[in-house]
Amino acid sequence: MSEVDPNKKTLWQKIAETQVWKAIFRTGIPRNRRQRTMVMLNGVFLHLHPVRLPKHAVKVKYTWCMGGLSFFVFLVLTVTGILLMFYYRPTVEYAYGDIIDLREQVPLGIMREIHRWSAHLMVITVWLHMFRVFMTGSYKPPREFNWTVGVVLLVLTMLLSFTGYLLPWDQLAIWAITVGSNMAGATPGVGTAGPGSSLLALGDVNFITSSSDARFAMLGGRFVGEGALLRFYVLHCIGLPFIIMIFMIVHFWRVRKDGGISGPT
Amino acid sequence: MSSKNFENPPARPLISKATVSKTEPPLKVALKPEEEMDRRSFLKWLTIGWTAFAAIVAGYGSFLLRYLFPNVLFEPKQSFTAGIIDDYVVGDVSERFKDKHGVWIVRDSEKIYALSASCTHLGCTPNWQSNEEKFKCPCHGSGFYKNGINFEGPAPRPLERFKIGLTDDGEIIVDKTKKFQQEKGEWNDSESFILV
Repeated sequence: MSEVDPNKKTLWQKIAETQVWKAIFRTGIPRNRRQRTMVMLNGVFLHLHPVRLPKHAVKVKYTWCMGGLSFFVFLVLTVTGILLMFYYRPTVEYAYGDIIDLREQVPLGIMREIHRWSAHLMVITVWLHMFRVFMTGSYKPPREFNWTVGVVLLVLTMLLSFTGYLLPWDQLAIWAITVGSNMAGATPGVGTAGPGSSLLALGDVNFITSSSDARFAMLGGRFVGEGALLRFYVLHCIGLPFIIMIFMIVHFWRVRKDGGISGPT
Repeated sequence: MSSKNFENPPARPLISKATVSKTEPPLKVALKPEEEMDRRSFLKWLTIGWTAFAAIVAGYGSFLLRYLFPNVLFEPKQSFTAGIIDDYVVGDVSERFKDKHGVWIVRDSEKIYALSASCTHLGCTPNWQSNEEKFKCPCHGSGFYKNGINFEGPAPRPLERFKIGLTDDGEIIVDKTKKFQQEKGEWNDSESFILV
């Protein structure tokens, strides 16, 4: 081995001095408390994390990590869902066949199963997360607002499950949605089979009929058909994910503002 | 959470006192008399502003709501003609119009009626089981007699019947917009059957 020139820069040092590197990593290598803080504050993704945590906050037995797992499963669902959209066509003619093809013909036919299992898992983790929050009394002020946001997130999770249920377009899907949407038809006031639907009438002309009630708005038809499949598809892939992400942003923000995870406020 | 660096940050350099001159009078934002807004006009514009905003939101909201109800439906019509009386055999349940219209046409010894093929439990489509002479719902097992009366399973009430009648040239016409429910005593209504 030859002598090492003390002034010779290593490759690593050379890279770290390039403009590209410095433009991306503004704070340099974090070597002290201040720099570590700055790294967290300056990065768009890292700033989603708190700068510092109490040591007990990350104990699994305090939180079961259920909130984090719910979010992780949501990310899995987003990625696999987008991939499924490359092959799935939401029409009465193609939907069922495309689902079969996703399993039989498409490479990595397990993609749809991952989406399905993750969907089941997300419902479970969300419930367990709520159970944990309830048992640790974390719904109490000042976190009561975030509990409410969490309830909205639970409802949105259920709606995502419900809308996704129809998309395979098999017998189970069609009749499950028939049953589910008939409940919407029994909504008081705005469902044709619900109480009070006959109140909104002019003489003999009833305004709440099977083609103008809440169920119709949901299905885009009088029965579960082409209109329902397309509406559920759009809601499942665009509408509900968009809304749930807004509520998730608020949810995570409030966790931080109300004192962080698993600690007294 | 006990970092002294954060709880007691080092004193920051104060803004140089030279930059804040005490001799100059504090800047006053004075409005000319005609630009001043009194309480009355403030409230007036506040009301106008919020009313306009609410009107626009309500307008877009009603657009959105209306948008959900299409003008044209690609579904079978709610009323349809169903052949002539002689097409139906006494004692038979005709499934001719079940798939397309969700209706069974039943002829008994004295009349013809149109039964809705929608289970009164949760809306699945039952099957006619001719060997057992009953309608059986595959979803939760509700059973109905040939006349539509429920006798087993969770269905809370009999199947509904639709308005049925004859056209001038003797064709049977079924109108699904008007229904007749047994528990309301509507099956005696003359529009709910054809006497034969």
